Amino acid sequence: MNLKQGWFEKDISGCSISGFICEDGKRVSGETIIRSIALMNERSNGLGGGFAGYGIYPEMKELYAFHLMFEDNQAKEETEKILNESLIIDLQEKIPTQRTKGIHHPPILMRYFGKVDEGRLFDMEISEEDYIIQTVMKINSSVKGAYVFSSGKNMGAFKAVGYPHEVGRFYRLEEYEGYIWIAHGRFPTNTPGWWGGAHPFTLLDFAVVHNGEISSYGINKRYLEMFGYKCTLMTDTEVMAYLFDLLLRRHHLPIEIACMALAPPTWREIDHRDGEMELAKAIRIVYGSALVNGPFAILLAHSKGLIGLNDRLKLRPLVAARKDNTLYIASEESGIREICPFPDKVWAPKAGEPVMGWLKGEERCEFELSRTRISDREKSQSVHPVSSMC
Amino acid sequence: MHRYDKENDEVVSQEEACVGCHRCVTLCPTNALTVHKNQLQFKSHGNWTDWAIRNIYKQAETGGVLLTGMGNDRPYPIYWDHLLLNASQVTNPSIDPLREPMELRTYLGRKPERLELDLGREVLSLKENIPPQLKLETPILFSAMSYGAISYNACEALARAAEILGIYYNTGEGGLHPNLYKYGKNTIVQVASGRFGVHKEYLDVAAAIEIKIGQGAKPGIGGHLPGEKVTDEISKTRMIPKGTDALSPAPQHDIYSIEDLRMLIFALKEATRYRKPVSVKIAAVHNSAAIASGIVRAGADIIAIDGFRGGTGAAPMVIRDNVGIPIEFALASIDQRLRDEGIRHQASIVVAGGFRNSADIFKAIALGADAVYIGTAALIAMGCHMCQKCYTGKCNWGIATQDPYLTKRLNPDIAVERLVNLINAWSHEIKEMLGGMGINAIESLRGNRLALRGIGLTDTELNILGVLPAGR
Repeated sequence: MNLKQGWFEKDISGCSISGFICEDGKRVSGETIIRSIALMNERSNGLGGGFAGYGIYPEMKELYAFHLMFEDNQAKEETEKILNESLIIDLQEKIPTQRTKGIHHPPILMRYFGKVDEGRLFDMEISEEDYIIQTVMKINSSVKGAYVFSSGKNMGAFKAVGYPHEVGRFYRLEEYEGYIWIAHGRFPTNTPGWWGGAHPFTLLDFAVVHNGEISSYGINKRYLEMFGYKCTLMTDTEVMAYLFDLLLRRHHLPIEIACMALAPPTWREIDHRDGEMELAKAIRIVYGSALVNGPFAILLAHSKGLIGLNDRLKLRPLVAARKDNTLYIASEESGIREICPFPDKVWAPKAGEPVMGWLKGEERCEFELSRTRISDREKSQSVHPVSSMC
Repeated sequence: MHRYDKENDEVVSQEEACVGCHRCVTLCPTNALTVHKNQLQFKSHGNWTDWAIRNIYKQAETGGVLLTGMGNDRPYPIYWDHLLLNASQVTNPSIDPLREPMELRTYLGRKPERLELDLGREVLSLKENIPPQLKLETPILFSAMSYGAISYNACEALARAAEILGIYYNTGEGGLHPNLYKYGKNTIVQVASGRFGVHKEYLDVAAAIEIKIGQGAKPGIGGHLPGEKVTDEISKTRMIPKGTDALSPAPQHDIYSIEDLRMLIFALKEATRYRKPVSVKIAAVHNSAAIASGIVRAGADIIAIDGFRGGTGAAPMVIRDNVGIPIEFALASIDQRLRDEGIRHQASIVVAGGFRNSADIFKAIALGADAVYIGTAALIAMGCHMCQKCYTGKCNWGIATQDPYLTKRLNPDIAVERLVNLINAWSHEIKEMLGGMGINAIESLRGNRLALRGIGLTDTELNILGVLPAGR
């Protein structure tokens, strides 16, 4: 199997997703997210599960945390050469795991904590973030048998072939504490079990878990290639991560606008509210190639927030709930009630309308439109209770 | 052609004069007529076909260039017929266009690489307006056909149909008859090498301007409207004396280089105060990709590419049949080149040249086109029977003629209805194909080459088209 192939083989999968954010920054054990995703086991088939946690490395929060998998020692050596050339590595160690029923033949799993030499950035005339992305892309596309799970600060992705709860136990996630957790259980129908192919997909601080199939993959990929992204993996979910990176970090669009580009309102809706929707019209004209068509429900996590989004027709399930300072989003209400039996409210987000939770207290996130000013669409987003309030 | 012989009380036919226009067959009240290919044949020969022999006879007789009409009719490969489409099964749902919105709306014109928002203001707004765009309700336009090449009734029908459909028609190099100014917002006016009919009002009234460099049926060749077609009305519209030949030079004599093209593009933009997109139309030739890149960098908002199947009112047969390349290859290589150079968003791509049905259009959009120009198909909708005699000025269906005896045969009201029917039918079919793929907006098909698979193509052909073979 050639994982670095230029041609894409479609990753066809049904899935379960779950995630929550404690907006007050309270850190919660990984045990919680394991329970939520384990309840939706029927939605996965044991061929992939994964997690991402934010706030899990508080003592190293200034350093980039690289989670990596290697198929053999040669891949490890080659990658470490790249890492040592690119970064100043403060600590490297095996990712702690334990033998778990259902998890077989683990690859070599390592994590590296490091920072970037600023002189080097100056020489290359490149931002620190672009430099990290370049390093990740280089490892993923040039080292055979190596793959970067995650590369953000104070966060990490953990993924494997297996049922998600087995994956969680394998990585001993109950020993970590985070203020955002997202999880994914995979039901692929044709891709071989490859650890790198499990979700989440990450880039810098962003992590995406995705349930769906991207029918517009062919053009989304070609659009991203114009901006230098290389889609090297055997899954279409990776384009989600890159699209968010492009729209949020490189084009400086607020998250609501980026979501609108991915799942825009229909022309009928835009015409109907003539004048009010000039912005939506402009987004569709300029970002037509970023429209993600086909069924999807995604969770996008970032160090400052968690966003849930459905495709424009809501062809995959997504339920949200709030309890005190915590926002929960999952494929099924049961996945939420398992860890929060009595939420303040539960609702089904509308097609194409993002559900957002933000970390409070700290400075406003650069992707955040405003905490008080709500965009046109947000106002119209009504809450649809799917069950009575408890 | 047909004559009643009173003495013998019978209808006499002069069979060798038949062009196969089917006018007599269609109008025969008793369905008594049929037209077969003439049985008289030369002794069969693989090299010296009837076609080759007859052409030599004609030229030996006249000493002239062989003329023809319509597009290249030689049996070259049609790559559309070697491309197959995808559909959703199980893992992603197909979408029923009768139940769910299915969006074909397309905007043509230059797009910025990114949107810049003004976050400081009360209402979230754009820092800069988007450059002018043409809004199409379906990604189809009527190709350039001049008043002169086709009749006034045909022009009027195209204009009225474009207005009803929310699309555009193109004047070609025939100028714009004042009666049609009212359809200006659905009109693309052409500025070609003869500059016939180009004046302030012509530019002002239009929705967009197209600079014509070349035409798929006759790349590198100019045009010639014979004096007998230059009637009173055409003389006024083209701004030339009645009865004089209208000769369009092969090149535009103020464009001998890409920088000259840039000057004309910006002269037209200045003249219309940057309110209208400017298109540049070229024929698909061997190095179209590099030329297209230059055109985009020269400031064109739309590039129109006309493949070697593109039609014409008149062209030398040797040019029509031998010059240019298939639109499939030109489109695939231009779209890829503009992406490689990171300038694909700077211009929309409109392709032309022998599009026969909605599947051809669908495949072109998947290869990377924003929209498709149809010329011949529109003429057929109005009644053309492809006899390829447009160059004679004796079109029996009243389309490609100025003879008042013939032009009155085309009822514009009926022609409008048929054009609208055709585009609506194709749009419905495009929606069905989109829905089958689980896609509900045309922009997700545009350039989505994974929607296509090749069949019966060589590796090189697949490579140029950028598609995988069927089964992979």
